[in-house]
Amino acid sequence: MVHVSMTVNGRNVSAEIDPRTLLVQFLRDTLRLTGTHVGCDTSQCGACTVHVDGAAIKSCTTLAISCNGSTVTTIEGLAKAGKLHPMQQAFQDNHGLQCGFCTPGMIMASVDMVNRCGPDLDEATIRHELEGNICRCTGYHNIVRSVAQGAREMGAAATAQAAE
Amino acid sequence: MSATGIGASVKRLEDIRFITGKGRYVDDVNRPGQAFAYFLRSPHAHATIDKIDASEALKAPGVVAIFTGDDIAADKVGGLICGWMIHSKDGSPMQAGAHPALAQGKVRYVGDHVAVVIADTYAQARDAGEQIVVDYTPLPAVVDPAKAAEADQAQVHDAAPNNTCFNWHLGDKAATEAAFAAAAHVTKLDLVNNRLIPNAMEPRAAVGDYDSGTDTITLYTTSQNPHVARLVLSAFIGLAPEHKLRVIAPDVGGGFGSKIFIYAEETVCAWAAKKIDRPVKWTADRTEAFLSDAHGRDHVTHAELALDASGRMTGVRVHTIANMGSYLSTFASSVPTYLYAPLLSGQYDIPAIYAEVDAVYTTTAPVDAYRGAGRPEATFVIERLVELAARETGRDPAEFRRQNFVTQFPHQTPVIMAYDVGDYAQALDKALALADYKGVGARKAASAAKGKLRGVGFSAFIEACGIAPSAAVGSLGAGVGLWESAEVRVNPIGTVEILTGSHSHGQSHETTFAQLVSDRLGIPIGNVSIVHGDTDKVQMGMGTYGSRSGAVGMSAIVKALDKIEAKAKKVAGHVLEASDQDIEFKDGKFTVKGTDKSIDFGSVALQAYVAHKFNGQELEPGLKESAFWDPTNFTFPAGVHICEVEIDPETGVVKVDRYTAVDDFGKLINPMVVHGQVHGGIAQGIGQALLEGAVYNDDGQLLTASYMDYCMPRADNLPSFTIDTIETPCPSNPLGIKGCGEAGAIASPPAVINAITDALGHEDVTMPATPQVVWRATQKAPLKRAAE
Repeated sequence: MVHVSMTVNGRNVSAEIDPRTLLVQFLRDTLRLTGTHVGCDTSQCGACTVHVDGAAIKSCTTLAISCNGSTVTTIEGLAKAGKLHPMQQAFQDNHGLQCGFCTPGMIMASVDMVNRCGPDLDEATIRHELEGNICRCTGYHNIVRSVAQGAREMGAAATAQAAE
Repeated sequence: MSATGIGASVKRLEDIRFITGKGRYVDDVNRPGQAFAYFLRSPHAHATIDKIDASEALKAPGVVAIFTGDDIAADKVGGLICGWMIHSKDGSPMQAGAHPALAQGKVRYVGDHVAVVIADTYAQARDAGEQIVVDYTPLPAVVDPAKAAEADQAQVHDAAPNNTCFNWHLGDKAATEAAFAAAAHVTKLDLVNNRLIPNAMEPRAAVGDYDSGTDTITLYTTSQNPHVARLVLSAFIGLAPEHKLRVIAPDVGGGFGSKIFIYAEETVCAWAAKKIDRPVKWTADRTEAFLSDAHGRDHVTHAELALDASGRMTGVRVHTIANMGSYLSTFASSVPTYLYAPLLSGQYDIPAIYAEVDAVYTTTAPVDAYRGAGRPEATFVIERLVELAARETGRDPAEFRRQNFVTQFPHQTPVIMAYDVGDYAQALDKALALADYKGVGARKAASAAKGKLRGVGFSAFIEACGIAPSAAVGSLGAGVGLWESAEVRVNPIGTVEILTGSHSHGQSHETTFAQLVSDRLGIPIGNVSIVHGDTDKVQMGMGTYGSRSGAVGMSAIVKALDKIEAKAKKVAGHVLEASDQDIEFKDGKFTVKGTDKSIDFGSVALQAYVAHKFNGQELEPGLKESAFWDPTNFTFPAGVHICEVEIDPETGVVKVDRYTAVDDFGKLINPMVVHGQVHGGIAQGIGQALLEGAVYNDDGQLLTASYMDYCMPRADNLPSFTIDTIETPCPSNPLGIKGCGEAGAIASPPAVINAITDALGHEDVTMPATPQVVWRATQKAPLKRAAE
C-alpha cells in the first residue's frame, strides 16, 4: 500500500491505496465520487475525463499515485455555490445529453477546450477537439451546439470578471 | 399549447443529475460487504472443456468462491432462453441448443463464460482468474454465415444439424414467381448487412444482493426491461419466485437493444449472491462488452425487384442468411423474421413479395436486436434495390419512388402489415426542398472541378413500431404480450407520481411523460415524477425497445389518466354539490357546467383522501388508478432521408456533406427530444455505413474488441443534420404517436451507400465503406448508366 494525498474539488483527501489504483478508481471507489465514469478502460471514450492541475486528463489510464499532491476537479466540483457552470447549463439548454453516461467527461473536456482554445469556437474546431470523447446517443449535433454556447458564456463571464 | 404541455420543447428534467455527476448507474451502486466477480472467458471460438483446475486460484488472496458450469447444473439453474418461437417452412420448430450461464463441457465463442471468480476486490478476482487452469481441446471455428450450413463445417450445437436454426419464409412464392416471369425489368443485388457491436457507453453491470432474513434476491442491472428480466430469471432460469426477486434498473447509460436481453453475467451475480450470502458486483470492461454483448445485423442477402414496363414495382424476392451467433439470445429469432420480412414492402405498393430466411449458428457472439432490429436490414434491401432499379431504367430516384408510393390508406401489404396512415409524397417533397435537390447538379460539377466525386442518395424508409398487439405477436411466435402498464398516484396535495413499465435510458421519459400529465391535469410539470425501473415499485411492464414507449407506454398513462379524471369528477361533484355528469374538467379546474362554481385539481385530491364530503362506502376514498394498454396495430413511422457525400478519390475518404431527414412520427410530445433521437439514430446509421464493423478472423477471434479497432463515430466524422417532420397522426393510439427512436438508424445506411454508389457510378461498395473500401472502388470503372 502507498500513501496518496491530493486536493479534490477543493477538499484535501488522503488514503492508503494499492499502488496500481487508477485515479478513476480512487475517485469512484475510495472517495465515492461516482460522477466520473469508465466507458472503455483504454482512454478512447473520454467518459473518465477530469482536470488535474487545470488540464483535462483521462483518469482511467492515470495512476492515482501519479497525482499525489495535485489539484483535481471532477464533474461534482464544477458547479459553484449551487450555480451550474456555464458549460453544464449549455448542455441542458441544447439537449446535449440523452443517457448522460458520457456527459461528465464531455463537459470536463469541453471546459478544457475553452481554456485552451478560447471562447470563439467554430463548429469544425469543436468537432475536432471532441475527438477524444465518444457519445453513442446524440450524434454530437446538440453537443456541438452546447459547447459553442458554453464557450461563449465562459468568455462573457471572463470578460465581466475582468471588468470588475 | 402550454409551455410544458404536449408539443413544447421542454428542457429535460432529468438533466440536472446527469450534468452534475449525480446520476446513479449500476456501477455506482455499492452494497455493504460486497464481493466482486470476474468471469473467466473462453480464449477459443470452439472447444471442448476437458478439465478445470481451480485449486491454486482458490488459495489466492481474497478469493471467496469459484464456480463453474458444474455448480450451475448442481443448483439446477436453468439455461438462458429465447422467447420467440419460429417454425421452419416444413412446420418444424427452430432448433436451439442449450445455453447454460456457465459453459458445460463446451465453449462456443471467444468470450463464452467458463468460470466466475468471486473475491473481496475486483483486482483479486481477476488475479485469481489467471491461476485457473483449463484444459481445452480446440475444435474448428465456424465464422462465415454464408458457409455455416455447408456439410464440411464443424457443428456448433448437436441439436441443430447443419448449424441451422430454421429455414423460414414469408409471402406468396407462386404469385411472386409469376410477377418475376412477367417483369419487363429485374434488378438484382447481393448485399451484406455488416455485423455491428452496439456499444452503449455504459458497459453492462450487475449487483446481486441477497437478504437471508426475507429470502429475497435484489438484482441491480443495466436493463431496458427489468420486469422481463425478473420474469425470465424467475419463471425460466428459476433463481427465485417473482415475489422474492426484485430487479432494479436505475439510470442506464444507453441500450440500443443490447440491454433488452437476459445475459449470463447478471444471472450468475444474482445466483451467486445467495450462494455465498454476500452481495456480488460485476461491471464489464469494454473488451468484455465487445466480446459478450449481443451483436447486431449480420445478414447475407440476395434480393431482386421486378418492374413492369411503366416502372411499377410488381414483385420483390429475397433470400437472406442470418447469423444467430453461437446461442439464441433472448429475442434473436424474431429479428431476421417478423421484424424483417414484413418491412420489405417499404413505402411502396408492391403486389407480390416472397422472402426466405435461413438462420445459422456460428462460433461468434450471439446476435440479437440492435437499434431498428430487422427493420434496418429490410430498409437496406429495399432502398438499395429501388435506387439501383431507378439507375438501371434511367429514372430519377425521387420520382421513381413517388410513382410507386402507397397513397391509399389503410394499405394491406402482401407481408402481414396493414399501414394505417401516411403521406409519403409530402415527406419527399419537403426533403427535396430542404436538401436543395435541384442544386445537386451544380454541386457535383463544383466537386468535379476540385477533383472530387459527389453523389446523392435517397432512403424512403418505413418501420413497424409501437411494438406490439399482444395477440398478433403471440400468433407469430412471441412468448410474451407486448402491452404496457401505467399507474397514476395522485398525492393528497395534488402532486402526481406516474409508475410506468417503460424504461428510460436516454429517451427522456422523465420529461416527456411528465409533459403529458402536466398537460392533461393542468398542473405544473414540477409536480409530476416519473417512477420506473424497479419491480418493487412498478407492478409489471414490458420495457423500452422497438420505439414503443411513446405509442404504447404513454397510451397506458392516458388510459389511467382517463380513470383518474372520471373518479376526480365524482369527488368534485360531491364537493360542489352537483352530479359528476355536470362537472367539466379543464386547465386543472373542475367546474359545474354553466356556473362559476369550481375547485382546483389539488383540492379535489385532498378531498379524495380526507373523504369528508362523500360516503366512503359508495365512493372509495383515494385517487390512484392503473391501466394496461394493448395496442391494436403496429405504428408506421416513415420518412425520406437524403444524403450527399463528397469522396476524395485520392484517399477514399467519404465526407458526409449534407444529411437531410424529413420524418413522420405522428404527433410529437417534445420536438427537441424527437430531433435528438433522430440525430443519434442517423449517427449510428452513418457509423454502420462508413465506420463500424465487427471482424472475426478465421479462427473466430474478434479482431475488433476495443475502441482502437472498432471505429465508433466521433464528432468529426459527422455533419450537422437538417431535420424536419411532417405529421399524420397515428389512428391506433389516443395521442397519435408513431415513435421515433429507431428511425435514424433504419433510414440512414442505404441513404449513405446510395450516395456513395451514385458518386462512384457503380454498385460495388460494401459496408463499412471505409477509405480503403472506397479507394479500391474508385479504381473500378463506372458503369454506363441507362440515363447517360
